[in-house]
Amino acid sequence: MKIRLDHVVKTFDTFRAVRDVSLDIESGELVALLGPSGSGKTTILRMVAGLEYSDGGHIYFGDQDATDIPVRERGVGFVFQHYALFPHMTVAENIAFGMKVSKVKRERAAIDARVSELLRLVRLEGLGDRFPAQISGGQRQRVALARALAVDPKVLLLDEPFGALDANVRKDLRRWLREIHEELGITTLFVTHDQEEALDLADRVVILKDGQIVQQGTPEEVCRNPQSAFVMKFLGDANVLSAEVRDGKAYASGASIEVDGLVDGKAELYARPSDLDWSEQGPGIPAVIARVLDRADGRRVIATAETGEHLEFDVAPERALKAGKGGFVTVRRAKVFAA
Amino acid sequence: MKRNVLPGLRLSLGVTLFYVGLIVVLPIAALVFKAASLGPEDYWRIVSSARAVASYRVTVLSALGATLFNLFFGLALAWVLTRYRFPGWRIVDAMVDLPFALPTAVAGIALTALFANNGWFGSVLSDLGIKVAYTPLGIMIAMCFTSLPFIVRTVQPVLEDIDPALEEAAQSLGGSDWEIFRKVILPLLTPALLAGTSLSFARSLGEFGAIIFIAGNQPMSTEITALLVFIRLEEYDYQAAAAIASVLLLTAFVMLAVTNTLQARALRYTVRS
Repeated sequence: MKIRLDHVVKTFDTFRAVRDVSLDIESGELVALLGPSGSGKTTILRMVAGLEYSDGGHIYFGDQDATDIPVRERGVGFVFQHYALFPHMTVAENIAFGMKVSKVKRERAAIDARVSELLRLVRLEGLGDRFPAQISGGQRQRVALARALAVDPKVLLLDEPFGALDANVRKDLRRWLREIHEELGITTLFVTHDQEEALDLADRVVILKDGQIVQQGTPEEVCRNPQSAFVMKFLGDANVLSAEVRDGKAYASGASIEVDGLVDGKAELYARPSDLDWSEQGPGIPAVIARVLDRADGRRVIATAETGEHLEFDVAPERALKAGKGGFVTVRRAKVFAA
Repeated sequence: MKRNVLPGLRLSLGVTLFYVGLIVVLPIAALVFKAASLGPEDYWRIVSSARAVASYRVTVLSALGATLFNLFFGLALAWVLTRYRFPGWRIVDAMVDLPFALPTAVAGIALTALFANNGWFGSVLSDLGIKVAYTPLGIMIAMCFTSLPFIVRTVQPVLEDIDPALEEAAQSLGGSDWEIFRKVILPLLTPALLAGTSLSFARSLGEFGAIIFIAGNQPMSTEITALLVFIRLEEYDYQAAAAIASVLLLTAFVMLAVTNTLQARALRYTVRS
């Protein structure tokens, strides 16, 4: 089911949570709404679900205007951050709930069969008789997903689905959700503030700030071509250097880089830790190594430039670098935005 | 005893056990002891006398009626107080506790004045042919008044704690308001409702001050058990008073045991494996 948001607006008292958001989600697409807290991403999701009504604009499901259709008739599956499982029902009863209250009456046997099918899908066979308090957080979230899928939703909506889980479980569930999405092909929209999660999982990432979309595109597009300093900073660690643009080149304390389409004047240069390197001889930004952090997959170096700016970059694990050593930070790649 | 980092266990346990023993167990033991000093035949004769049985009947039936009424009304009141904010909310919320704060005799006199045949309510009701004061209905109303806070105050915090996401989830799954109430909210409230009900019923069984003014106190029809105990005491017949009181005590015990069992059953789902 294709979803279209057309100039959607939502205001809470005086807080403008969502300001004029238009967004198309193709049928079968997996889209992430990514943004810091307060960016309006959850509000957008809840409006698509029908858990909030928009103050302006329209939401279309396919060709149908769904703006005023109440949640219980909208045919969406919603997965909550804290699972929202019914604590007094077993796992199987939780999954069966939607089928039991449905206007379409089903045979008990048909419901039971569907429940065991879903338990298999979410890999929880044999746990149908447990209560939610008796299973782990990751298992609870899988039950929540099975419960949402049980009503054959046209659209699947997930609100920070892995936010309350620890890192390892989160990674597993991410892969697994992707697999399920590929198997079922349901149009899926999920909200996260974790850029890694969004980039790992989604076909398309929609980045939000202050209730507005600032950029959207495939993970590759948004990573390789961030269109603003905000997106650059939000998607990952970034070093910021004040720079000056002159004649198509940006200069920042000893380093320079070619830039297109920027007028001369003050600018900021953004570089990922992997965009910088270290060399004993110049040219580059003169700096002194302040700390070397060893990590499983390499070494992160924190250096202090002569200007006082801190620079972080990654080097290969075998590079012998020590705190206190002087040298130059070289810039391999960078993005320059007008300040 | 296992080592425990929390301090003060011995002292606090000692003081509280001593206190419970002194103020709760000792009087009850004295009551049982007094009642037991009667022979089984005398005991049975006293507790099964026609007047005593009539008093059990009116007490238990009125208490049941009052509790049932409070179950619905108390739940509705708790619901309104947790779900909605309206002008005067604070006042209504505070008024719920009034039956606790008010001397029950004052409540009894006020209710009698209202429901007497020439009172505000009573005059209207007697035109309709309904007599409240000096009938079992009056006893029920007095019991309702004094035991209402139990249900409201046990249900209210539980209702407040129910995650709104549960209802949203149920809605997104297609549940109607009534289905969500019956299948999601009510089961979660059941333990609290049971606790409130049992407290309300126990309080109604033992209520004295609010009732005697409105009840009329006619032996065999509107005489409650607590009053009969009081009458026996006034007659210096301590053994008979203790015997009849022991029946009330036993009823309360059985009822608390039953509701505790039901409550444990309703809370099965919270037990971790």
